[in-house]
Amino acid sequence: MKTRQLQTPPRRVSAVIIGAGQAGLATSHCLSERSIDHVVLERGEVANSWRRERWDSLRLLTPNWQSRLPGHTYEGDDPDGFMTMPEVIDFIGGYAARFEVPLHTHTRVTEVHAAADGYRVMTDRGPWQCRCLVIASGAFNTPVVPELAAALPGDIHSLTPQQYRNPGQLADGGVLVVGAAATGLQIADEIRRSGRQVILAAGEHVRMPRTYRGRDIMHWMHATGMLDERYDQVDDIRRVRKLPSPQLIGTPQKATLDLNVLTDRGVQLVGRVAGLSSGRLQFSGSLGNVAKLADLKLDRLLSAIDLWIEAADLGAQPELPERPEPTRISASPRLELDLRSGEIRTVVWATGFRPDYTWLNVPVLDRKGLIRHEGGVADAPGLYLMGLPFMRRRKSSFLFGVEDDARAISEHLAAYVGADREARRRVYA
Amino acid sequence: MNMYTKIVDNGVNVPALLAARESLTEAPEAARFRWRATCNWMNGTHCHSLVEQFYGLGKEQSHKRCFSFDADHPEIFAAEDAGATPVEYVLVGLASCLTAGVASVAQHRNIQLNTVRATVEGDMDIQGILGIDRDVRNGYQRIKVTFEIDADASREDIEAVVAQSQKRSAVYDIVTNPTQVDVEVRV
Repeated sequence: MKTRQLQTPPRRVSAVIIGAGQAGLATSHCLSERSIDHVVLERGEVANSWRRERWDSLRLLTPNWQSRLPGHTYEGDDPDGFMTMPEVIDFIGGYAARFEVPLHTHTRVTEVHAAADGYRVMTDRGPWQCRCLVIASGAFNTPVVPELAAALPGDIHSLTPQQYRNPGQLADGGVLVVGAAATGLQIADEIRRSGRQVILAAGEHVRMPRTYRGRDIMHWMHATGMLDERYDQVDDIRRVRKLPSPQLIGTPQKATLDLNVLTDRGVQLVGRVAGLSSGRLQFSGSLGNVAKLADLKLDRLLSAIDLWIEAADLGAQPELPERPEPTRISASPRLELDLRSGEIRTVVWATGFRPDYTWLNVPVLDRKGLIRHEGGVADAPGLYLMGLPFMRRRKSSFLFGVEDDARAISEHLAAYVGADREARRRVYA
Repeated sequence: MNMYTKIVDNGVNVPALLAARESLTEAPEAARFRWRATCNWMNGTHCHSLVEQFYGLGKEQSHKRCFSFDADHPEIFAAEDAGATPVEYVLVGLASCLTAGVASVAQHRNIQLNTVRATVEGDMDIQGILGIDRDVRNGYQRIKVTFEIDADASREDIEAVVAQSQKRSAVYDIVTNPTQVDVEVRV
């Protein structure tokens, strides 16, 4: 029994925000603007995941001109560049320092349950009582690794992207990278460049060129309004929220990274990891179709941009439309890999992440363990989410995408606590 | 929702399928089906299979009637050729599943199909099944499906329908990915 904690009376506050990343800090900023008393609880330091759970070479996937938070913009001299992790940490850290964020770092939330008129938030530094709770603890807390990973032969090293830092930490020998989202492609590319044999297992993926018609793809997705598309405007929001991140990389050269680039560099493409039998990994025979699906989807994206350019009155004409070469898939991609042959020594599971809600003792989880919510307003009074993929808009999970969400969630929260008189009139009218 | 003015009829009841998808999302246990076939040995390599009962939506279900299938091997295998070979039934299953998927996806995307023909070819080196060369697998080395589709849509839209059909096909998944098979003997 943790009697000490039980005996400590909780501190009271209108809102508790869990997580001091971009989503939590932006929400804090918006609540402060509305004079709503709150605290931000952070298990580690500001921008903790960016500090501790990313590989060394990673840069943001969005250009610097898109690095903005409520009241804070990029002020450097390279608007088209891509921030390194230290730069991201500085940017978010600078944001926290610039405003007086009611921040409690090194405070880990251990349990949340409903309590009279709100929520009780237990932490390793004492309890809090709040009317509203904003969960901004991230969507990428726990790597999702297929069950068969546990059955790999003992001499094969398994690694998640959270543990991966650089090729130097890997055992000598070949590497299988599983997953073809941004993470899998970037890690496969980097390991291949370090001189190792690399096999990439690709399931469904989202192909995207870094630049199109002379501009960054993010420029077009912003200009056309695609990034602002709302969660209630898309056909199947459950599907869209599960889409892998687009195959993008941020480099000073504005390079495109796709399966063709990896093939040219000597990476061997295989299908999704489908099974493990007698020490042999089995790959799906569906590689051709997932590549075709991604090519077709890419073509629709670029055609939509072309249509928009045609209709828009742009002063200077952008470069002419071109289409990337269709994904080249070998006539007979291999279907098996004998793990006892020594061909590979390491598997990197870039197979996605899920949020960690093990501390949340409020009945709001669906059968997949995710919180039921409508645009970030959870299925429990006064409970909110922030920073999830396509939470309210396509841009929600991007650094610059949290601003609109933070404003919307803060408005809803303010109406709920009754601190915002105008909003209250609207709600109770 | 998209508003269509064109009336498209591929004979697929998309609203019913979408309603089923919605209700089975809420009641996942009803989505657990069990398909069955029974196979009786006749003579030689000739087998006679029946398909009638299955389980789904929480209870036993039945086809409108019992379907039967003869399987055998051609005379060059020194057999009677009383039916298609089992490996050809696999091709039939794959083609039927993909083609049904094409019709459903096309209906959902408001694309009128005029004709659809799938030709399926499976390459097999029978040194595997005859035990001549243990490096040769028993099953198909590769399967090629060729769709000839006449529809009121662009080439890209038709290709997208075919790609989506593969993505949602049960038999395509069964063929391209391994499945645990348990065989029990009762004497």
